[in-house]
Amino acid sequence: MSQYQFYSLAGMVLFALGLHALVILPHILRKILSINIMAGGVFLFLISIAARNFEDFPDPVPQAMLLTGVVVALSATAFAVALARRIYTVTGRSELDEEDRVP
Amino acid sequence: MNAFWTNLLPVGVLAASFLTGLGILLLGEARARARVVVNLFGAALKLALVLWMGWLTYNGTLIEMRFSMVADLEFVLRADSLSFLFMGLSSALWLITSIYAIGYLGNGPNRARFFGFFSWCITAAVGVALAGNVITFFIFYEFLTLSTYPLVVHSGTENALKGGRTYLFYTMGGGALFFVGLIWLHVLAGPIDFAEPSVVAGLPAGLQPQLMIIFPLMIFGVGVKAALFPFHGWLPIAMVAPAPVSALLHAVAVVKAGAFGVARVVYHIFGLDVLSDFGLLTPLAVVASITIVYGSLRALTQDDLKRRLAYSTVSQVSYVILGVSVLGVTASAGGLVHLVHQGIMKITLFFCAGLLAETVHVKTVSGMAGLGRRMPWTMAAFTVGAFGMIGLPPIAGFISKWYLGLGALEAGQPWVVGVLVASTLLNAGYFLPILYTAWFTESVSDDAQALPASAREADGWMLYPTIITAVLSVLAGIAAGAGWSPLTLARAVAAGVYGL
Amino acid sequence: MSETLMPLAILLPFVGSLICFVSRHRVSVFTGCVTALLTAGTIGWLTYDVAIHGVQVYALGGWSAPLGIHLRVDGLALFMMIMSAIVGVAVTFYAVSYFGEHDAQEEKRGAELFWPIWMFLWASMNALYLSGDIFNIYVILEILGLAAVGLVALTGRRAVLVAGMRYLLAAMAGSLIYLLGVVLLYAAHGTVDIVLLGQAIEPGATAMAAMTVMTAGLLLKTAMFPLHFWLPPAHASATAPVSAILSALVVKASFYLILRLWFDVFHATITLEAGYVMGALGTGAILWGSIQALRQARVKMMIAYSTVAQLGYLFFVFPVSADHDAANAATWISIAGQGSLYQALAHALAKTSIFLSAGVLLHAAGSDHIDHMRGLAQRLPVTVFAMALAGVSLMGLPPSGGFVAKWMTVQAVLAAGQWWWAPVIIGGGLLAAGYIFRILRPAFSPADVQEALHPVPRSLELCALGMAILSIVIGLRATDLLDVLLIGAPFAIQAGGAL
Repeated sequence: MSQYQFYSLAGMVLFALGLHALVILPHILRKILSINIMAGGVFLFLISIAARNFEDFPDPVPQAMLLTGVVVALSATAFAVALARRIYTVTGRSELDEEDRVP
Repeated sequence: MNAFWTNLLPVGVLAASFLTGLGILLLGEARARARVVVNLFGAALKLALVLWMGWLTYNGTLIEMRFSMVADLEFVLRADSLSFLFMGLSSALWLITSIYAIGYLGNGPNRARFFGFFSWCITAAVGVALAGNVITFFIFYEFLTLSTYPLVVHSGTENALKGGRTYLFYTMGGGALFFVGLIWLHVLAGPIDFAEPSVVAGLPAGLQPQLMIIFPLMIFGVGVKAALFPFHGWLPIAMVAPAPVSALLHAVAVVKAGAFGVARVVYHIFGLDVLSDFGLLTPLAVVASITIVYGSLRALTQDDLKRRLAYSTVSQVSYVILGVSVLGVTASAGGLVHLVHQGIMKITLFFCAGLLAETVHVKTVSGMAGLGRRMPWTMAAFTVGAFGMIGLPPIAGFISKWYLGLGALEAGQPWVVGVLVASTLLNAGYFLPILYTAWFTESVSDDAQALPASAREADGWMLYPTIITAVLSVLAGIAAGAGWSPLTLARAVAAGVYGL
Repeated sequence: MSETLMPLAILLPFVGSLICFVSRHRVSVFTGCVTALLTAGTIGWLTYDVAIHGVQVYALGGWSAPLGIHLRVDGLALFMMIMSAIVGVAVTFYAVSYFGEHDAQEEKRGAELFWPIWMFLWASMNALYLSGDIFNIYVILEILGLAAVGLVALTGRRAVLVAGMRYLLAAMAGSLIYLLGVVLLYAAHGTVDIVLLGQAIEPGATAMAAMTVMTAGLLLKTAMFPLHFWLPPAHASATAPVSAILSALVVKASFYLILRLWFDVFHATITLEAGYVMGALGTGAILWGSIQALRQARVKMMIAYSTVAQLGYLFFVFPVSADHDAANAATWISIAGQGSLYQALAHALAKTSIFLSAGVLLHAAGSDHIDHMRGLAQRLPVTVFAMALAGVSLMGLPPSGGFVAKWMTVQAVLAAGQWWWAPVIIGGGLLAAGYIFRILRPAFSPADVQEALHPVPRSLELCALGMAILSIVIGLRATDLLDVLLIGAPFAIQAGGAL
């Protein structure tokens, strides 16, 4: 297994872990963190493939994409955290559970 | 006259009632006088346009309007002689029923909604008549379902809403059945114009098994509106509607659209040749016969006047279907003319039922004792209608039954005569007791005798339309041989279908 | 000319959004209206231009693929943009009166934020449709999701915050799952340009994996059954104009993307089984959504579940297109595609109308409980009529847009020999009749308490009615719009997979 394949695999595992946590954890902040772990997994995968066919220098395009992705993920996370704080202020709770589904 | 404008006439006929309905809805509840003017003007205009179109067609002008909706979906309006039979009936009775309804609803609530949707109902019925292909037919057929719903639930009571739900359940189910058949046939045969010879006649023989499934789908799809057994259940329940609506449902728009649809499916979608090859006509005749006898039997035991009339409708409409499904010009003419004859007779009966309910609050057969003296005009009209239904000459109903019987013998199906005789006896069985009660027994109620008889007739808005339709029923019977009678038209249609 | 029209369709609402963001409420209302009209005008012009000259491509900054970012417009993209423009203009004018009427403090803040976010959302939708590159689309998907959640959470009430959170998590997860597929494709083919990918792709494990994850992520964002859990609370608790935008437009944006990917990128990868899975999801959506809609006690909740159900009809194009090697397949795939897109349009118009009507109901009666529909046929006849007309289109009765869509879809599945979808499509219409009449029926009964209704501005009712009438009218004359849709043959799949 080459190095880049190892990183790719690690990225996928992170992604799967994040997805799993997103589904099962009720606490909002943990859900947001799970999403960030998913994002981290994808980004790791993305950056690892930059080295796939390039012996001397890496492919620059994935790096550019990664940069964009990080910015997007950061702003989405900021929004999510703001929303979570707002939910806590208004309802005094910080978990999503079944009873909230029917407002 | 320019062909372009002539071909727009069907659109004009539809627009006359559609715009009337729209205008009435926009005028709102308060402006009653303007509403009456718009309504009567629209109705009169429509009748005039229909007659004009009839005159043009009679002189050999082919009137057809078509435009494309999607690639192989065309909107086609075409006036053939079968359309005129139904269209003439609807437009004439719309005018008469509007006058009646203006009197009937008086100052009640929601009149704008009532008259608006009433106009749209007629638009839909006339659209069904004018449809030149099966898609256009289906469009108006569903429009009819929807525009009738607000009329059925007009009073808004729990009963009315329940009746409305049953009505929708049956008719939308029927619509879905028809749609399945329609699209299946479309995939097999492409666009289906109403034509002679039919589109189906040109299909390869190997498709017969599929066609044998499509036919019942389509027949029962339209049969639901024609109250064909076992899909008749909605009709007696929809009786909760006001009398003018019942009159409209039973005599003009809805059940007739169903019966008309059966005629279209048999004559112009499948064609008689195909159906008799497949051996599908006799089963249809049997279903119609079952409906005739079953409806009459149920009518015998109803004490509620409108329910008795409703079951009578279930039975009578199937005469049309019976006539359509028995081979031969005479039987077909008898069935088709019943489309009109049953219409004017049944509307008379329902008008009377409405008069009784509104003016003396009599809704049951047993409560009609002694009414003959107090409301002689009303009861005279009722008697004409009832005799017509039984089939006494010279009233219109006799003509239908005579032709049906004669045609059945010509076609070598004597059992149909047996059905007719049985039905006639049953008709007499449920109508004569009503007449006996009304004319020859005395009312036991005291306050009913407190007023002089003449004071009990309703005012002219309701009474005159009733008398007019009664007179028409007699005229259609006496003058059946005249050049303009429904019978002449029905015979022309039948002759056309059989290629004579 | 249209090369500059494409970026204009994105920039106009974007600039409008910025102006709305920095200016006072009165100015932003005015800016919003002007921007809406200008954007719609631009799209109209673009339509005219593309109808004459055909498919257009614009390389941003003069950089060409594979490195540069392409804007590309064909009939399919145009159709979606026209749909957004029609709904967008109606909702904009509705919102002017709707937010103008509220006095409460929290509503006011909502009103001020509505304009910039809505314009931003519109810009991102246009960008999505014009985008020709799957990574760029990922970024836009995220922006679209954030804007949509922002709109949901507008009023800051408890219900919308929780619903918005759920929506946000689903949207972010969906985008990331999609991004995973983008990475897989880039790893295999070294490009993210849709056209180039379509040429380079080969059937195999990588393509199959990419197709699966991208489709799954987008299904989550489309709220396709069984991933629809986030939609009903979000759509039902948002304010009326927002619900209309979300139900009519936003969920269809990700559907559009699935369609785009299946036809333009994965045409060689699609298997019959994959198509059947999509068809089965559609069936599940129709049945489950309709049954849930029949059980709701609130009008908006019912409409939201109706959206879940109506989305199901869009998906029958996939099983039909999966059978692309059969004889005559091209014809019926095209018909199925047209049916699906026409359903998207008819549903967008009808659902906008019915959500806007529900807004009128909320405004007038203070609640959207179905019991509050009692007697409304007398008291708000225009609104009830609009709901009924829109309902006709949802039921798919002729001559509505919904009917044309259903007609084409059923015809296509029958022609493709997949007759088993047909009963679902027709039965779904009956179920729709069931839930529509559940809210119409009480409207005809007399109201028991004649409690005063809050007066409703006429313009609110007329916006709803206009959309309802339009949803019927598009059924009478579908040819022209479908001609636009077919520019550039978006539903062409070459047998064997070679483009």
